Amino acid sequence: MKLLIKGGRVIDPANNIDDSLDILIENSSISRVARNIKNTPNETIDASGKIIMPGLVDMHVHLREPGREDKETVRSGTRAGLKGGVTSVLAMPNTTPNIDSIEAARLLKSIIAKDALANVFIAAAITKGRLGKELTDIAKLKKQGVVAISDDGASVDSDDLMLEALKIAKRQKLLVISHCEDKRLAANGLVNLGLTSTRMGLRGISKESEYKRVQRDIHLAERAKAPLHIAHVSCSESVEIISRAKKKGIKVTTEATPHHFSLTEEAVLGYDTNMKMNPPLRSKDDIVSIRQGLKDGAIDAIASDHAPHTENEKEIEFERAEFGVIGLETELAVSITELADSGLLSWSALVEKLAANPARILGINKGTLSAGADADIIIISPDKEWVVRKEEILSKSKNSAFIGKRLKGVVEYTICAGKVVYKA
Amino acid sequence: MAWTRKDLLGLEDLSKEEIELILATADSFKEVSTREIKKVPALRGKTVVNLFYEPSTRTRVSFEVAAKRLSADVINIATETSSVKKGETLIDTGANIQALKADIIVIRHNYSGAAAVLARHVDISVVNAGDGWHEHPTQALLDIFTLKEKLGRIKGLNVSIVGDIAHSRVARSNIWGLTKLGANVTLCAPKILIPVAIEQMGVSVTNDIDSALKNADAVNVLRMQFERDEGAMFPQQLEYFKNFGITKERLQKAKKDIIVMHPGPLNRGIEIASDVADGPNSVILEQVTNGIAVRMAVLFLVGQARDTKDETTN
Repeated sequence: MKLLIKGGRVIDPANNIDDSLDILIENSSISRVARNIKNTPNETIDASGKIIMPGLVDMHVHLREPGREDKETVRSGTRAGLKGGVTSVLAMPNTTPNIDSIEAARLLKSIIAKDALANVFIAAAITKGRLGKELTDIAKLKKQGVVAISDDGASVDSDDLMLEALKIAKRQKLLVISHCEDKRLAANGLVNLGLTSTRMGLRGISKESEYKRVQRDIHLAERAKAPLHIAHVSCSESVEIISRAKKKGIKVTTEATPHHFSLTEEAVLGYDTNMKMNPPLRSKDDIVSIRQGLKDGAIDAIASDHAPHTENEKEIEFERAEFGVIGLETELAVSITELADSGLLSWSALVEKLAANPARILGINKGTLSAGADADIIIISPDKEWVVRKEEILSKSKNSAFIGKRLKGVVEYTICAGKVVYKA
Repeated sequence: MAWTRKDLLGLEDLSKEEIELILATADSFKEVSTREIKKVPALRGKTVVNLFYEPSTRTRVSFEVAAKRLSADVINIATETSSVKKGETLIDTGANIQALKADIIVIRHNYSGAAAVLARHVDISVVNAGDGWHEHPTQALLDIFTLKEKLGRIKGLNVSIVGDIAHSRVARSNIWGLTKLGANVTLCAPKILIPVAIEQMGVSVTNDIDSALKNADAVNVLRMQFERDEGAMFPQQLEYFKNFGITKERLQKAKKDIIVMHPGPLNRGIEIASDVADGPNSVILEQVTNGIAVRMAVLFLVGQARDTKDETTN
């Protein structure tokens, strides 16, 4: 089986390519990327006027399976991802049960083998039950094929335990992903602490609750000489701390979500529960810092923190509603609209943040269009505009912060392992 | 100008002109309560539902009296007696009330933003009778109405609000209303009861009660809720009275005609001394009376806005 993609603009920062080239796919891998490939494929896609790039690698996704199949499943989540141009996801372990044991990891692997429509990588928990009390069997989880550990949704409060986890992860060549939040400082807050929390009459979440934990975890990573990835940075102080650590040579990486680089806390003022997430939407200054961090490299990756919740959990009083928003179907378009279209990031830099860098951080063989690589490719119309409509969302949950927004960039084809798995 | 909002959720959303329209409408309704037959047919055939998720007697009764003086039918739903206890969501409850063909829901809720959520999910009018720490617009409107009645204006007045600002919906609504109408607002409380960044709402903040009273034309004394468990930093009752209580001695250092307001119910001897509450500067009972006129105005305006809207969509 040969598939030829002809005449598009190929952007592959891992190989320093931004050029009009053809791509020949043979079976499940890329066989050649070159000008005017003469071959007799079984199928040809005319990509003139389109951009061809590696499929997105989203390193922060809650697929909710096992346990909360009413919110999302491996099948529905990966299907939504394909529409959004995402061909690889890292599934977070806060499921029911948590992915904190060999049995749970095996269960999830069996579901993935049966149902996944894209590549699903697994993050296991750092501590049992993500309770921050007792480490999971990290070495055995590694043998099950997990690529990272994280207590996402919670932070490991104990310095000793976190340090120990970092040391073991380093020996096991596993990435530690930290959800940085000191719950004591977050004080049951619901929105950004400041004028917003005061106006709304809600408890606020301080920036301190995030950046103090960022600072601590970087310090621990430095002591353990272990790589550390900071999830979903939301404030300028965190960006600053990470930037300084990088300059010191500490092996720290980080990600930002599309909502944190495009929406300010103003969006939450009407008590729209689709604007309620943790960390919360912050101030204009924080957005400026995050965008600057994406530009200057302080922030390595864009990840959705796709967090599906049912209407029963969202269409209620703001204080009772769950935290979190979905993002798989909109992250590419929001990134194009907010970062590339505005000229903040070059297309190459954008593809790095969305595909090449997260793959490199996770140590997975994805995010490039190198000959021999898995053919996970998307073809997009970069200038085509669309409006996010609730009824068109493929995810089982509809809690998007971007409903009604006009975005630029439409995925025309998603190719996963050499097969066209989505077509607009 | 014409009133076009189907809901009254807070004073933050309103323009100066809209607030003035409510006050003017209240002014014309005030006379109704002095008649021998205290009733006008303005809302005849309409149904007002008081949906109260928090215990409240005075606000609920005030809305009930206001609705009845406008000839509306009134139904009271309190959480203790409703299916809310059986786990019905606010939105379902709203949908059911709408299905009963009610016209206005007056909602009191312990969660900030509850009135906004309800208003988004029903087509009928929603009036916020207090949501969490967020807003209590009719209380602020009746405070402002009373002030204006007493002093003839709002613009340029110095108004101090004393007490638990952090947890007070009355304070927030007063701040929005008073600042939009041009008053100078000073907040006074122990530091822990002042929410962050509130100066950005256009007010001054002090921890010194004497300086808060010094040039004040009026002081609005908030109810202290000592049942809150906010930890060791929360002031003790006697200590609070000593440092922030409104006493005769303190008022002697203030303007002679300073107006003393309180949204009730009073904690005598805690935030306000009895002789002040019952004294010549107090307008506390007039506030209660004015509350009816203000709530009549609000119910009338939102009801009318829906009628107008229905006509245009038909």
